Amino acid sequence: MEVVKVGMADLKVIKAPGALTTLGLGSCVGIILYDKRTKIAGLAHIMLPSSKEIKNNSNKAKFADTGIELLLEKMISIGADRVFLVSKIAGGSQMFSFNSKSNILKIGERNIIATKEKLKELKIPIVSEDTGGNYGRTIELNAEDGSLLVKTIGHGIKNI
Amino acid sequence: MAFDVDDINDITIDVLKELGNIGSGNAATALATMISKKVDMDVPQVKILDFKDVPKILGGEEVPVIGIYFEMSGEIIGNIMFVLSLESGKNLTNILFNKENNSMELDEMDISALSEIGNILASSYINSLSALSGLKLTISVPSLATDMAGAILSVPAIQYGYIADHVLFIETQFQEGDKKVTGNLFMIPEIGSFKKLLKSLGVC
Repeated sequence: MEVVKVGMADLKVIKAPGALTTLGLGSCVGIILYDKRTKIAGLAHIMLPSSKEIKNNSNKAKFADTGIELLLEKMISIGADRVFLVSKIAGGSQMFSFNSKSNILKIGERNIIATKEKLKELKIPIVSEDTGGNYGRTIELNAEDGSLLVKTIGHGIKNI
Repeated sequence: MAFDVDDINDITIDVLKELGNIGSGNAATALATMISKKVDMDVPQVKILDFKDVPKILGGEEVPVIGIYFEMSGEIIGNIMFVLSLESGKNLTNILFNKENNSMELDEMDISALSEIGNILASSYINSLSALSGLKLTISVPSLATDMAGAILSVPAIQYGYIADHVLFIETQFQEGDKKVTGNLFMIPEIGSFKKLLKSLGVC
């Protein structure tokens, strides 16, 4: 089976057979969209919650808001049906902890919130998620059945 | 105008290299004093990489690494992160405790020692930076985490994400006998602070 790698601030779509993977998600969030009927799968690896917060926003895949929109667009362009799309999300952990109020460290949590808001706005249901915590995750999406494998160091493997 | 690391010029790189040199030099001296042995140091490299290439510096996204993270405050606000491979971390604790332990697990002593070394390194850089720029700077206590390279490095990458599409860091190599330690230091000033820093260093 061909496995397509998605890097940080990047997104890809494929049609079965095949799989999409992103390695070592930390505070970033991996968002998958899947159309069961056409077996079209998409994966975005976003880093920041909103493209509106900063000026330097030309890379759409970097942000939850524009990343999800672009992923949806790409999936529809190769034949996915919007009505049947479901989503799964993983990541958004807090790798380091401090006692202070620093906003930057809560970026994982903010990424998750922004992702959920955008998916809600687009009326795409989230069927499962593995988010938060303080550890990294590698995820692999099988385009054949839409199953999402989540691997960690010391926190087990699961299929969501 | 939005500042981007992409626009950084040769003079700035030279200044950062010099900063790396002084900082690493001080850190190597501190380390050598602690263990009463000679510690060699290579000329630090300043590297600018695309986000997607960042985890490759430590051998891939899923390789376990150690990250030691600090908050920087004073006249510049931001963060400092020192990242090293598990192997380098183990070599470092072996140098420090004068032992030959090949296990890739970190025990409590190792973690405590690595936090302290990270502290010395980060402080050395901050002191050099402070001396060169004339800005008053302090750092917080360290926070240490071990996990996949991708996950640890996502922290500085995200912070750089606010200001650029690239990441800038200083790579330093130490050696004591046959034990080699490669460390990567990420300094991430917040948007407003970056310009102030470059200005104080006389390159902007």
